[in-house]
Amino acid sequence: MLAVALVAQVAWRAASRPGAPAAVELPPAPSARLLRLASFGEPEAGARLAMLYLQAFDLGGGGTTPYRNLDYRRLVDWLRAVLELDPRSDYPLFSASRVYAEVPDAARSRLMLEFVYDEFLRDPNRRWPWLAHAALLAKHRLKDLALARRYAAAVERHTTAPNVPLWAKQMEIFILEDMNELEAARIMLGGLLESGAVRDADEAKFLRQRLEELEARTGRKSSK
Amino acid sequence: MPAAILARLVLLEARRSGLPWLAAGALVLALALAAFLSQVALTEARALQLAVVAALLRACAVFLVAAQVAASTLREINDRGLELALASPLPRTSQYLGRLAGFMALGALLAAVFSLPLFALAPPAAVAQWAVSLACEAALVAAAALFFSMTLAQITPAIAATAGLYLLARSMAAIQAIAAGPLTEPSLASRIARGAVDAVALLLPRLDLATRTEWLVYGAPDGGVLGRALLGIAISAAVLVAAGLFDFQRRNA
Repeated sequence: MLAVALVAQVAWRAASRPGAPAAVELPPAPSARLLRLASFGEPEAGARLAMLYLQAFDLGGGGTTPYRNLDYRRLVDWLRAVLELDPRSDYPLFSASRVYAEVPDAARSRLMLEFVYDEFLRDPNRRWPWLAHAALLAKHRLKDLALARRYAAAVERHTTAPNVPLWAKQMEIFILEDMNELEAARIMLGGLLESGAVRDADEAKFLRQRLEELEARTGRKSSK
Repeated sequence: MPAAILARLVLLEARRSGLPWLAAGALVLALALAAFLSQVALTEARALQLAVVAALLRACAVFLVAAQVAASTLREINDRGLELALASPLPRTSQYLGRLAGFMALGALLAAVFSLPLFALAPPAAVAQWAVSLACEAALVAAAALFFSMTLAQITPAIAATAGLYLLARSMAAIQAIAAGPLTEPSLASRIARGAVDAVALLLPRLDLATRTEWLVYGAPDGGVLGRALLGIAISAAVLVAAGLFDFQRRNA
């Protein structure tokens, strides 16, 4: 009887193996307080396990449009709750900027990028890499230079830690260049060099060359 | 010293009851699960491993201590060994504290063993503080389990009461936050409920401040943070020990 019962158990489980949860099944996000309660005093483990749970939904998307069936507003609520549970974890913003924002759907991508921007403002010195990536996505994927400039300007304006690299702080300059606002970019670059904020000699040399190119271009433009 | 002999007997019984194998099994399972989950994670694999291993081993250490205390005490009660001991000239305080010392030493041993794999994943100072905190937490659970075992004299209620006390102590801060949240109705019932929650919280240790995985993942805390957490545990343990001694003194042989 034991052998028969064991075979029946194995056969039953093999026949009813659960697949990955479908996107439409993503439930409404719990509040951060509820997640904290469910973590029983282990928010770091709770946050990361919640992210593993979340990333299983519509995994890969199944088709030409990844995550096309995922409710992005609910997804943002989930990511926000997980981030509130463990504010120092990079997992939610990594997923937001490098997974969920990199979809062909512009509306969903913008929603996710705005989430990254909102969360960046809460802890700029820690979360600037995700907003820098958001600026790149806005520029190259969404082709929205105004949005890219807004994100890049936020990185420059709100970060104060000395370990924030200058290329991140200078992103706005290169985006301004591409916006054909050469004059504004030239003034900003010149100001950066004059203020002494650039301490690295190679960085300063590179930026000075950039400034000379900009001045040459603005000179050509004004002479037309 | 009789108390030291009792403590040694407690440790001997734990060794002979298969507790070392259970502890080893818990270690292997925790490490295997953490390794598996870290393969699935897109990022922060090391932090995920640390968080999962630490959370699981903390729960296992507490459960093993509680189960061992309850099983050992109830076996002694059922085998009439406790009656024999109470009839002896050995002071009751020594009997109780000797057993408790043995169980606390067991908790400290488990904490030391469970902290060993964490040295490969986290800074040594943080792991050492985590291990000390876990040893104190296990000592608190041992005191609670011994009190409930002696008082309730049944294994299931004793383990359930210990588990309930422990889980409530760990989640009370979150419960208080929910009770005081902005979405709660400003009615008399909710005010009474909030008052009841706050009153219960006064009797519980802040276990959410002790043995934090945050120390392992983000760096060791300063001395004040650990000291305050351990002081809270020590006070709560003293309450449980005093309650247990009071009940033990009144016990009929």
